[in-house]
Amino acid sequence: MNTTTATGFLDTLLKERLPADQYNWLQERLALLNNEDSLRDIHITFGLIPRRLGRQDLAATSEENATAGTLATGWKLSGWSIDMTARVLLLCSIAQQTNRDFGQLFKSMCQTADLGETISLYRGTALYPQSDVLDKQIGEGLRTNMRAVFEAIAHNNPYPANHFSELRWNHMVLKALFVDSTLYPIQGLDERANPELARILCDYAHERWSANRPVTPELWRCVGPFAKDDMIDDLRKALESDDPLEQQGAVLALSTCPDPRAEQYLENYPQQLLAVANGELSWDSIDRQINQLA
Amino acid sequence: MMFIDPHAHMISRVTDDYEAMAKAGVVAVIEPAFWLGQPRTHVATYMDYLSSIIGFERFRAGQFGIRHYCTIGLNSKEANNEELAEAVMEILPQFALKEGVVAIGEIGYDEQTELEDKYFRAQLELAKELDLPVMIHTPHRDKKRGTSRSMDVCIEHGMDPSKIIVDHNNEETVREVLDRGFWAAFSIYPSTKMGNSRMVDILAEYGAERIMVDSACDWGISEPLGVAKTAALALERGIPEEHVRLVCYQNALDAYGQSGQMKEGDWLNPPPVDQRGLYEGNSVLRGGREPVIEDNTDKHTLNKLIIE
Repeated sequence: MNTTTATGFLDTLLKERLPADQYNWLQERLALLNNEDSLRDIHITFGLIPRRLGRQDLAATSEENATAGTLATGWKLSGWSIDMTARVLLLCSIAQQTNRDFGQLFKSMCQTADLGETISLYRGTALYPQSDVLDKQIGEGLRTNMRAVFEAIAHNNPYPANHFSELRWNHMVLKALFVDSTLYPIQGLDERANPELARILCDYAHERWSANRPVTPELWRCVGPFAKDDMIDDLRKALESDDPLEQQGAVLALSTCPDPRAEQYLENYPQQLLAVANGELSWDSIDRQINQLA
Repeated sequence: MMFIDPHAHMISRVTDDYEAMAKAGVVAVIEPAFWLGQPRTHVATYMDYLSSIIGFERFRAGQFGIRHYCTIGLNSKEANNEELAEAVMEILPQFALKEGVVAIGEIGYDEQTELEDKYFRAQLELAKELDLPVMIHTPHRDKKRGTSRSMDVCIEHGMDPSKIIVDHNNEETVREVLDRGFWAAFSIYPSTKMGNSRMVDILAEYGAERIMVDSACDWGISEPLGVAKTAALALERGIPEEHVRLVCYQNALDAYGQSGQMKEGDWLNPPPVDQRGLYEGNSVLRGGREPVIEDNTDKHTLNKLIIE
């Protein structure tokens, strides 16, 4: 990925939205990065950004989101705000223009960050120079109890799919369910699906059923391709559910399942299969319905 | 009626308290940095504490529809550990400009030692440099003299009294604080500070200008509904509604709003970025809509046996 272009892209996003005096202030602050006392300037700039530039939604256009996706596959700007964009631009500029140990700086900034800062720091992880220190700190971030912080890493961010080990990936997906978040915005969900995750998710579904709690239909997405034996029975249970969303999830999952029993069960659901074939029923349509319910 | 509790150590309170406060109409709280009931021995634990009150505690409050702000400072008790105090003074500037920090505080005197005096003065200078209001903790012992001395030192350092909130007042201190142009806060805290019945008498005598009420609830036996209960009692005893609104809401907003970090819009019209998981909105503000919070009257009795 070309980070030079990502930095330029963030800069353009801000230039097109900010009044000239605010944009110029940011440029002046970015010009201080190579000063003698630059660490102090970095902290001050980072802190002042929302005060000077505001916290409005970025409201990226579909073209802008497409550009983001070409710069880093899976990078989407949904949920980004002006201050967040400027903070990530600051970090990308530090990485590009200075000789600082970026990982260490990132770690120390995380350790004293407020909520908005924390979210901004993690939103940009796919655009920063990669290092072990950065990776460990992202693992720290993932352990948060705050959903918005978790989602800054997990959602619309290419970093997890590109860098997480299978263990960390699986825990992230499972944690998304535990913190009442959604799976759809996780990038690379199908590519990173694996048999171990399928097993973990089926166990989780059983726990939920035992406790009489609902099971999100999204869960079956990571189960379908690897379902066998008892897991097929779990999918059948969801298929026969009274909840239309759960049923839709099961139809989608079973249609990706190589086991011959899957095809057999689906024979009774010709209309739903047609909807899958013509694209009316998809994980995207399920996500939209979940969001409407929320 | 909407309330602000401008002094509440929520880090020591349980979620039941947040629920009760939200239900009673509290829309915002200010959490002053203080000690934890026993002294910290390392600057690193102090840093993690400050991180908690600008981070997780703010998030926790938001889940109950309450906006959380805080003050940053080295308290008078821990100022007496010079090694710790020096290290804390070094890191305070890193925290004082975080989002939602509305003042330097609570600072001032405990035993009125030389070290307390030294760090109180150093922090007044920091507040001046960062253009932040100051929350002053007046001492429990030798209160009257300690309160006067706190104000003397503020004036000596060229501070503007309209940016200083003198907290934990009582009948003996209030006159001087108001006469000298400072804000006078009262902590409705059972046994050791003010009771709300006495508070209503003070409101009847002094009116509502530059007076505010808080709960100072913490890890001790205290009352998170201190502000709401005082408001109810004051109305019952005939204090004008506008005065109640001033001392239980508006004055705190005016005083701490001088930081630029606390605005009514934060809870009446929160930015979308906050509504994505950081602030759930206040049930009281949703008008007729059924509050999310159930009736918990029986929660802590054995009458309600089912836990789901």
